[in-house]
Amino acid sequence: MDEVLLRGLTPGVLTILVRRGADFAAAEDAVQDALVEAVRVWPADPPEDPKGWLVTVAWRRFLDAHRSETARRRREERLQGEPEPGPVPAADDTLHLYFLCAHPSLTPSSAVALTLRAVGGLTTRQIARAYLVPEATMAQRIARAKRTVAQVRLDRPGDVATVLHVLYLIFNEGYSGDVDLAAEALRLTRRLSTEIDHPEVAGLLALMLLHHARRAARTAADGALVPLAEQDRSRWDTRAIAEGVRTLQAALARDRLGPYQAQAAVAALHADAPTVEETDWVQIVEWYDELLRLTDSPVVRLNRAVAVGEADGPRAGLAALADLDATLPRYTAVAAHLHERDGDLDTAARLYSEAAHQASDAAERDHLTRRAARLHHRRQR
Amino acid sequence: MAKYLLLKHYRGAPAPVNDVPMDQWTPEEISAHMRFMQDFADRLEGTGEFVDAQALAPEGTFVRFDGEGRPPVTDGPFAETKDLIAGWMVIDVDDHDRALELAAELSAAPGAGGRPLHEWLEVRPFLTAPPTVTE
Repeated sequence: MDEVLLRGLTPGVLTILVRRGADFAAAEDAVQDALVEAVRVWPADPPEDPKGWLVTVAWRRFLDAHRSETARRRREERLQGEPEPGPVPAADDTLHLYFLCAHPSLTPSSAVALTLRAVGGLTTRQIARAYLVPEATMAQRIARAKRTVAQVRLDRPGDVATVLHVLYLIFNEGYSGDVDLAAEALRLTRRLSTEIDHPEVAGLLALMLLHHARRAARTAADGALVPLAEQDRSRWDTRAIAEGVRTLQAALARDRLGPYQAQAAVAALHADAPTVEETDWVQIVEWYDELLRLTDSPVVRLNRAVAVGEADGPRAGLAALADLDATLPRYTAVAAHLHERDGDLDTAARLYSEAAHQASDAAERDHLTRRAARLHHRRQR
Repeated sequence: MAKYLLLKHYRGAPAPVNDVPMDQWTPEEISAHMRFMQDFADRLEGTGEFVDAQALAPEGTFVRFDGEGRPPVTDGPFAETKDLIAGWMVIDVDDHDRALELAAELSAAPGAGGRPLHEWLEVRPFLTAPPTVTE
């Protein structure tokens, strides 16, 4: 049984239940039950119409739960009017579900958890494992998220940017457990791009495809981080790159630039270079300038300084860096790199050690420690 | 979405405001303290922020490799060790401010006289996995 196919049916089934009058929280629970049941039953007895099967089972679960709840409260009343199981509409409206699960009233971690469950069709246990928290904690996080959006109506679109941010967060979490969150984010973004025609959705999809394409080359056999400049480019996924570039070009042609398209453009220029020496750094700097116009953030300025260092030389990069706050994450690592390129190896070695001490992820810390060790070692020889 | 370790020290942290050793509290005060800790953990599970909580025995053994085929060398416990960890709580929260807020709440656990301890807790971020988007 194809689990991804099964999960792909989740949002459609859920919206049908909601349209039939089930409240979102109860419908979502019922769909989870139906998914678990499908995993149990389908391998031996695959249904002809998988979606219809899920709708029927989920609706029955919903009614059972609703009945027992009602019975507890008011035993004399019985829920009437079960709809006929009739034909299931082919087109489903999962778009509103995306908006609901990324609703601005939710904290980022709750929006992420709710999106993975209600739109992604993952079980609470899978989400808990992916984020390395106990299942009970994740269950509570999802239950709270559902309570928070209980009063939100499911009938009008919200802000696409909030949805894209949640998908970006999931993608950036990468791969930490038995669920590949980057691949899951890619799947959900691809699906979103079929639900809504929006250049920034396409921009995020392109960004994900282009970064995902490099995944095999990002880590060495021993698990160490391989920086972009040192990656074996023959290991990049050319099909994903081609799709990413195509998606990006179509989006850019719409002439409604946004931050995800600009970031994807930077990634596309890296993907386009057969060797690191052939990277078009001048164009990359121009895209960072665009990005700064769209979202002036210190992180973008820091990345721009790296690109300036490559386009116009390390001194120019250091000059660009001088305007920035030295307490920014990765500032010291960038300064170390620019000093190394400038030939000041003593300063670079000292800064690499300092940057390793400040690193917020273990792979980055190890990478920077190796850089420092390499320079220290070279000086001793 | 970041994990933090809230570290409680037996020794090594600055003295709490309500600085009376636990063995001099009344049994009721000890029970109230334990109940507070349990309620706090339960509440964090309810908010979807709880990961783990453990207490450690105060005395441990130092061990080191002593060469192939030789038994490990052990030493200690060292009564004079400056820093001693009593236990920890691991939380998974949206940001650093939230971690500080929760640590401060935990620091208000009741001690002697039922008054808050105001003990110093150390908040340490976990190193994360590398992000997927790198430039």
